Amino acid sequence: MTEAIANTRTTRKPSRYRWRRRARKTGMVAAGLLVLFYTLFPYYWAIVSSFRSGSQLFSSNLLPTIDFTHYRALLADPVFTRAILNSLIVAGSTTLISLVLATAAAYALGRLNFLGKRAVLLTILVVSIFPQIAVMPGMFELVRWLGLYNRIGSLILAYLIFTVPFTVWVLTSFVREFPRELEEAAIMDGCSHWRILTRILLPLMGPALASTGLLAFILAWNEFLFALTFILSDENRTVPVAIGLISGSSRYEYPFGPIMAASVIVTLPLLVLVLIFQRRIVSGLTAGAIKG
Amino acid sequence: MIARVIARGRSRLERREATAAWLFLAPALIALAAVAFWPLARTLYFSFTDATFDDPSNYGFIGWRNFTDIAGDKLWWLALRNTLTFTVISVALETCLGLGIALLLNQTIPGRGAIRAAILIPWAIPVVVSAKVWEWMLHDQFGIINNALINLGLIEQGIAWTANPSLVMGVVIFIDVWITTPFMVLLILAGLQLIPEEVQEAAIVDGVPWWKRFWSITLPLLRPAIGVAVLFRVLDAMRMFDLSYVLAGNSQRTMTISIYARNQLVAFQEIGLGSAASTWVFFAVAMAAILIIGTLRLDRATSR
Repeated sequence: MTEAIANTRTTRKPSRYRWRRRARKTGMVAAGLLVLFYTLFPYYWAIVSSFRSGSQLFSSNLLPTIDFTHYRALLADPVFTRAILNSLIVAGSTTLISLVLATAAAYALGRLNFLGKRAVLLTILVVSIFPQIAVMPGMFELVRWLGLYNRIGSLILAYLIFTVPFTVWVLTSFVREFPRELEEAAIMDGCSHWRILTRILLPLMGPALASTGLLAFILAWNEFLFALTFILSDENRTVPVAIGLISGSSRYEYPFGPIMAASVIVTLPLLVLVLIFQRRIVSGLTAGAIKG
Repeated sequence: MIARVIARGRSRLERREATAAWLFLAPALIALAAVAFWPLARTLYFSFTDATFDDPSNYGFIGWRNFTDIAGDKLWWLALRNTLTFTVISVALETCLGLGIALLLNQTIPGRGAIRAAILIPWAIPVVVSAKVWEWMLHDQFGIINNALINLGLIEQGIAWTANPSLVMGVVIFIDVWITTPFMVLLILAGLQLIPEEVQEAAIVDGVPWWKRFWSITLPLLRPAIGVAVLFRVLDAMRMFDLSYVLAGNSQRTMTISIYARNQLVAFQEIGLGSAASTWVFFAVAMAAILIIGTLRLDRATSR
């Protein structure tokens, strides 16, 4: 009798504990699935809609059907393909220029000692919170004066205002993390700082440059306000503005099919890269913020 | 003697290092001066003039009149109220949701890596695309959301989410939460991973219930990370332009201060007035920054 009670006690307790643990686990998995649904479903629905044309577009069937009508139309549309080319040139050039400027600056900020370093870091941080609209009138004047108005050169110039602070900030935190021993021998040998940067650090910075460059590229690729304001003619538009301006051929036509197809074309390659560089991107995004 | 030689040598090295540092910094600093500080200074300058786009080189100084004109415009105050409403509500929601998801991702659950990757998607796609995708999903007749709600029997007929003036601000906030929660999650998660596990384990051994552990251990230790994330998000939300513009154009219900300033500048071709409005935007954002940084500092000072 007493033995039986003792038995049920010892068996019931772990089982209740196990049941609670299982419930907790199920709850967390359910929450995880909900988060996954919330973040992924809109993009999934955009892809599904992009493959539907005519009245099919209005069906609420969740499973995909394949119909390339919108894709074919878009890739045959010179305005859209031109917008992709413009965006590639603008985002590529801005990224390249920022990486060159930022690598040199990050070496100084992450490796060298000098008076005023904190002030420089603070200045760069302050620029990154400048509202774009606050520099717009002055930028307008600058762009006109350089003869870049309604040319994509204006955007390459203007985008430096957010890509330079961002790349300097992220690269500085990457450079700081390299072990000091690397260049100590070189300093002993009397190597110049230029040689230390180009021969010792730069070969190691490949992954850091790739992920920082990708982030800067995305920032420039997605920009809307300057692109909307400094470019007037269709053939010089960049992708976000081109998508924003897609309209149906009549008021009663819903251009959502083409818009979804265009959205998928311009985001899918970047998303694949983001997923490949996932870990480094996360550390790039958070490093600056947490340490700053 | 030797010590002095070494000291002199070192100070020369230090001086060489400083010179090299400024040389390395020069290109980036010159670029920032050209694209940030110079345009900002010109904006300030123009805000005291009556310059227009018809003849930008011919203008006169009119003192503070542009600033008082803007301050006397009811639409400006409406735009400011919209911006503040948008900022406060969306950042508050993003912080709560971001905290929840970050806590979840800090546990060992199956598929954690997949969620961490998926969460980058809303962040990486252009705001224009997110706005259009949601606009399509929220379409009054053919949108999947109205469809689902009708099928569930929750509503009789489709709701015009983006066309209804009393709903559109809510929609803007909802979409912004979707776009920017990933950023919050990443920053808070990085903060969570800085909390030493021993602290939590000691509390678990002592039998402290989870909500109390959350309230008196996790949250206080997360405060710096949340503070920085909120700072970044508030400053970003205060200058929001694209989401409102793509969803509702110049609708007064969702007009932000950035849209207001751009309208003065581009639609009305008024450089002077537009510059004054832009300057007000700059001050509004700077005020928000000072307020938040001040609060964070105060917080740090009192908690130590």
